[in-house]
Amino acid sequence: MQRDELNYLSIAEASDLLSRREISSVELTEAALRRVEECDGRLNAMLLLTSDLALLQARHADERLARGEFTPLCGIPMGLKDIFSTRSIPTTCGSRILESYVPQFNATAVDRLFDAGAVLIGKTNMDEFAMGSSTENSAFFPTRNPWDPERVPGGSSGGSAAAVASGEVVFAMGTDTGGSIRQPAALTGTVGLKPTYGRVSRYGLVAFGSSLDQPGPITRSVRDVAVVLGAIAGRDPRDSTSIDALVPDYVSGLTGDVRGLRLGVPNEYFAEGMSSEVRHALELAIGVYRDLGAALQPVSLPMTEHGLSTYYVISPAEAMANLARFDGVRYGLCERGADVWEMFSRTRETGFGSEVKRRILLGTYVLSAGYYDAYYVKAQRVRTLVRQDFEKVFETVDALITPTAPTPAFRLGEKVSDPLQMYLSDVYTVPASMAGVPAVSIPCGFAHDLPVGLQVIGPALGEQLVLRVAHAFEQSTDYHLARPPLREANTADVGSDS
Amino acid sequence: MTGELVPVIGLEVHAQLLTQSKMFCGCSAAYANAAPNTHCCDLCSGMPGALPVINQRAVEMTLMTALALHCEVAQISKFDRKNYSYPDLPKGYQISQYEQPIGVQGWLDLGDEMLSTRCGIIRVHLEEDTGKTSHVSLDGSDVSLVDYNRCGIPLMEIVGAPDLKSPEAARDFFSTLRQILMYLGVCDGNLQEGSMRADLNVSLRKADREPGVKVEVKNLNSFRSVQRALEYEIERQREAVSAGHPLVQETRGWSEARDATIAQRTKEYADDYRYFPEPDLPLITFSADRVAEIRQSLPEMPAEKRSRLRREYGITAEAAHVLTADLALSDFFEAAALAASPATGMEVANWSHGDLLRLLHESQSEIASLPFSAADFGRLIALVSGARISNAAGKQVLEAMFETGEGPETIVERLNLSQMDDNEALTEIVKTVISENPGVVTDYRRGKAAALNVLLGKTIKASGGRANPSVVRSILENELGLPGPPSESPAG
Ligand SMILES: [Zn+2]
Repeated sequence: MQRDELNYLSIAEASDLLSRREISSVELTEAALRRVEECDGRLNAMLLLTSDLALLQARHADERLARGEFTPLCGIPMGLKDIFSTRSIPTTCGSRILESYVPQFNATAVDRLFDAGAVLIGKTNMDEFAMGSSTENSAFFPTRNPWDPERVPGGSSGGSAAAVASGEVVFAMGTDTGGSIRQPAALTGTVGLKPTYGRVSRYGLVAFGSSLDQPGPITRSVRDVAVVLGAIAGRDPRDSTSIDALVPDYVSGLTGDVRGLRLGVPNEYFAEGMSSEVRHALELAIGVYRDLGAALQPVSLPMTEHGLSTYYVISPAEAMANLARFDGVRYGLCERGADVWEMFSRTRETGFGSEVKRRILLGTYVLSAGYYDAYYVKAQRVRTLVRQDFEKVFETVDALITPTAPTPAFRLGEKVSDPLQMYLSDVYTVPASMAGVPAVSIPCGFAHDLPVGLQVIGPALGEQLVLRVAHAFEQSTDYHLARPPLREANTADVGSDS
Repeated sequence: MTGELVPVIGLEVHAQLLTQSKMFCGCSAAYANAAPNTHCCDLCSGMPGALPVINQRAVEMTLMTALALHCEVAQISKFDRKNYSYPDLPKGYQISQYEQPIGVQGWLDLGDEMLSTRCGIIRVHLEEDTGKTSHVSLDGSDVSLVDYNRCGIPLMEIVGAPDLKSPEAARDFFSTLRQILMYLGVCDGNLQEGSMRADLNVSLRKADREPGVKVEVKNLNSFRSVQRALEYEIERQREAVSAGHPLVQETRGWSEARDATIAQRTKEYADDYRYFPEPDLPLITFSADRVAEIRQSLPEMPAEKRSRLRREYGITAEAAHVLTADLALSDFFEAAALAASPATGMEVANWSHGDLLRLLHESQSEIASLPFSAADFGRLIALVSGARISNAAGKQVLEAMFETGEGPETIVERLNLSQMDDNEALTEIVKTVISENPGVVTDYRRGKAAALNVLLGKTIKASGGRANPSVVRSILENELGLPGPPSESPAG
């Protein structure tokens, strides 16, 4: 087996080899670390490499495997978006203000992954506080798309998506507030699931939009998503919003069969703003489902057009409060001042990037006396209507098929100066976030050698169905097997980026 | 002119709830006297990613309070974030209740049944306490130190209506409320340690007009300071009005040292706390069954207890008032009365709020730390009441019980205090007394009836205080016969 092949194993393949002791977790981990060394200088997917911990965890995993204690994730190399709290390991959330912050506890999802034997290769880059759709808002450096180094990998979980696409890790964890798992998955040709709100514990995620945030996996196949979800899902007494529902065997639900399933194609998701290549790829994908025996039908989600503007009222409001704790008193950056108020404002002025400040201002504004009813209350009302849209449509169809993002990966810098254009990247992913329903993005074609993503949306707690629909498509296509060229950027900074 | 200005007063009381753990985390709520920042965790010190979990006991205590204050209880209540920046507020927001508090529109009766006034309760809600900032000089520079131990302690806010008209009434509101919370067992009522704090709203109104400019006085933690701050503030506002100076809407503090309220900050603009629903917590729901169950299980309230004690034990209103001021004392009284039978309730009440309270006060201790039981105390009263020991001996025994914790019988035995009613022995003593006091005897025989009491006293003294007075009296009368007819001066 070629060294490179170790980097592109699926979880199933890797754990099969591990359980038969044909490879060790240490070998797999060393291969991952080598891969990071080879290509992360160009990609910048990783914010922090945890090599020592990784090798230690790999040795432990090998011991467990030797004892016959087999779990599907035991010994598998992974990446964690730097928004997940990791005990004794810096957790920056892509921000200067948390550059020196080291948590004293693990996020629940991290605990569960560690318990399952997963091996942490590193913490991945992200837009600061998960605010962005390109990973260019990272306070440290932008991440590049493995398919084209002059393009963004999407965001905010762009580091996780790029690391998975480039074979640096077998899977990575992201978080999704308005599309931050699905959109980068689409732009990097990977699979990304945003579970039902409350399906996976939020405990230990640096909070952005608390009523929307949801962690989920980014992988190279639907089956791998099912495996990781099985390990992290379930009630957590430390997260009062986590759902107390049985965690099914997500893998066994992947039957490959969608015959007779009613798949809705919402008109509103094929409106203007979508690139013609994305439209073309989606039309082909719909054809695939038709051939597989699914019953496709046009449906309408009339509130879709209000999703994005509503999202930009609710999420900044919650973010404004969530980010208030970064004041320099207890941890992270502290810029001294003549008095405590000056200390607060200097710390926040220096520590936060411009997009974060924009959202804090937005959140402060929409909650201010005199504006609260016009913005926040109204937005909550619209959010209810968006949710009802989905509830209604799921009375007539089993799942929805939509594009994940309106365009393939865009160029670095292309949308940085135009926040509204950047916000539009999430126009197809935000409604499922607002409704709290599960949605997965899978590769469904290429546009000028750039991956295009297809989104499958299902009803609340319908992960099994969503994954079954996505998996059936994957079984009859090979887009997910394509590997990025990982060429060097041909701009001036070739060879010097690090 | 100013004579027609009437004060309009309302109180907002914050009470720390007596839960074992904090409001939203597992930290121990017993932080008093703990070293700074030893009662905090990732959540209550505001670490990123930590999430709150509702302390159900605190919700129940607030519900109990709302019901005891005759509030309407919503079926659905929720938490909101109250956003403001302060170093001792580690999350940058306080989890509180804004739109849907646990209880609304109740009332509190002040004074006794016969003469009570009713003050409205606008709302009862639950929130978390903040930390404490202290400004000190450290190595020559001025620094602020923050202690998060208090952070996240369950705090109940009770907002009274501006129905009060005098500083005395406000003081009464605060103390009555404190008593109710202590009876409910939801707050320890320790004012010195800040378990209860009051904010005051006070304005003056002319008859038939809207109230004038409202001034808030923050953070009062004693009955006296509530009353004094209001007296001061009412006087200050009266003077300003009569001198024609405009009053400003402001927040003032109370300075014990200066015996005055002091301007803190002027409200040029209203605080904008940007409240919105707390997304990390589910709604709180109260089923009708649960509310009924808690209403059923509410303990007896002070006013109810006062009338019951009067009815069942035949004690005076004043005695009932004194006894019920302290739940522990009134419980002690009832248990003692049971053991003191056949002594009357009033006898037990007198002993309780007389000698017992005096001794507690002198030793600065509490009922809970008494070394003897209520039954011991009751049996002591029975001994006195049944003339087994004298009243004076009873007091002596009680003091010994305070010191040693021994039962009354043991002490009576040890100190040889049991009353002598042995006729022969007492006759001997009486005879000696008569022979040693011929002058007094002569007075008696000449018609001065009160002289018998002198001889009686001398006999009891000669017996070491143990002689039964009624036995001695009959022996004396027997020995001396009836007093002669009154001569030159009337008896006494
Ligand atoms: Zn705590």
